[in-house]
Amino acid sequence: MLDLVNVSKLFNPGTLDEKVALMNINMKFSPGDFVTVIGSNGAGKSTLMNVISGVMKPDTGEVRIEGSEIQQLPEYRRSRWIGRVFQDPMAGTAPRMSIEENLAMAYTRGKKRGFGWGVTTSKRNLFREQLQRLGIGLENRLSAKVGLLSGGERQALSLLMATFTKPQILLLDEHTAALDPSRAELITQLTEDIVSELRLTTLMVTHNMEQAIRLGNRLIMMNKGRIILDIPEERKQSLTVSQLLGEFERISGQQLSDDRIVLG
Amino acid sequence: MLTSIYGAISLGLILSLMALGVYITFRILDFPDLTVDGSFATGGAISAIMITQGYNPWIATLGALAGGLIAGACTGVLHTKGKINGLLAGILMMIALYSINIRIMGKPNVSVVNLPTLISPFHKPIGLYIAVLFVAIIIIKLLLDAFLKTDLGLALRATGDNSRMIRSFGSNTDTTIIIGVSLSNGLVAVSGALMAQDGGYADTTMGVGMIVIGLASVIIGEAIFGARTVFIATLAVIFGSILYRIVVAFALRVPWLEASDLKLITALIVIVALVLPTIQRAMKQKNLARKRSLELSTITASDQGGKR
Repeated sequence: MLDLVNVSKLFNPGTLDEKVALMNINMKFSPGDFVTVIGSNGAGKSTLMNVISGVMKPDTGEVRIEGSEIQQLPEYRRSRWIGRVFQDPMAGTAPRMSIEENLAMAYTRGKKRGFGWGVTTSKRNLFREQLQRLGIGLENRLSAKVGLLSGGERQALSLLMATFTKPQILLLDEHTAALDPSRAELITQLTEDIVSELRLTTLMVTHNMEQAIRLGNRLIMMNKGRIILDIPEERKQSLTVSQLLGEFERISGQQLSDDRIVLG
Repeated sequence: MLTSIYGAISLGLILSLMALGVYITFRILDFPDLTVDGSFATGGAISAIMITQGYNPWIATLGALAGGLIAGACTGVLHTKGKINGLLAGILMMIALYSINIRIMGKPNVSVVNLPTLISPFHKPIGLYIAVLFVAIIIIKLLLDAFLKTDLGLALRATGDNSRMIRSFGSNTDTTIIIGVSLSNGLVAVSGALMAQDGGYADTTMGVGMIVIGLASVIIGEAIFGARTVFIATLAVIFGSILYRIVVAFALRVPWLEASDLKLITALIVIVALVLPTIQRAMKQKNLARKRSLELSTITASDQGGKR
């Protein structure tokens, strides 16, 4: 499905500020894998997302989707396989446009955009149906400007927009971190439902250790641009937060330092 | 007085096409494009020279449109592919067009007086002229509205609103910027072409200050009519343009103002319109912050009181 082969990425190469963001990452993701990603500040989690989605190109190595190399394709050409939700609730939607217009843009993901109407009656019905699944009443506010929605509502909409054309891969970059706990819980629940229903191959970066263990079928831990731990489903089920932190200290020789970490 | 009002309305309608162009770059794409000053004259120059050479005025105006589309596309390419700052890309194109416009005309100005133009069949009476112009402008406005509701139009609007988001949905924002700036300057050039046919001549300096006049129209329109939907926003731009011309007509009647003060007045209108909302917002924010911190400090004070 998604393969990373010897992927490396440096920031400011050859200068005093040189920083290893990713070093020789080798990973294989099977269809339907739901992988949670944890690690300290600057471990390379966001860079990993950016290299897969095409925001950045790797310095060396290959990114393959269903066998074909895509590491040189720009982000807008990879979007037909990859849906993404950002941490910032403002990042995934266009605030001055209406809910239905935002959905219409998500609907044309990866297709050529021409002179067809963005919003039609049949699309509007589809959008309403999809919005109902979120259960927060957005289906009655199709023509409202997205800028008027709360952070939680925008993030729910972003999640729907990222997934409803069934991309093969879903990237979630701490997408609940900026929300209050009850909203974060709602978005987490929606994420679980959508991912399991559409069987999307999912990578989710999170600061919430309990969530990292509870969600998904595989957990990877990163440190200094490397994957230092890859826990399969069987072991993950019996794992506890303190075991996880212990593992990190044992392998990296330091405490898991993250100013936003949530132990669960 | 009445004649000058009629004149203001007809000129406002002609320049509203230019203002719609400015609306596309400044408001939709969030790209301050200064090409306008050059491409306006380019439109005038192309249409005037083609009319003097005996071309049908429709063809001449379409030629102006093509010239504007190309000029805008050049600015867009300089900005997106050449990575030149948007303002500078526009200024560079504007300067280049100044020379190009003289090349097009072969001299600094060209007269089309007494030649058949798009406007000559309707020029009199003034009531008919305004009606014809109004209908024509509204048709163009509706076409623009419709375009902005297509898949491509939505991508264009999202490029100015949240470019990161629309890229993640598979739109090449370089392309949408080039299309938008090109379309904008196409409208500006048609406006320049109509201006030349209305005034009877094209001149290399006819575009000077157009970007500011366009901005003034956009801002006045928004202030009065709002911009809730695309339909309202573009209508507001047209009325803003007419209103701006009427204000100018009145300003010119003030005894101690000279016609040459016009650009200063225009600049002042835009400055006030841009600064006022910022000050208002800052004051509102400050007051809200003060109120909230007072509220919070009383809450924490009572909390600590409770613990003791």
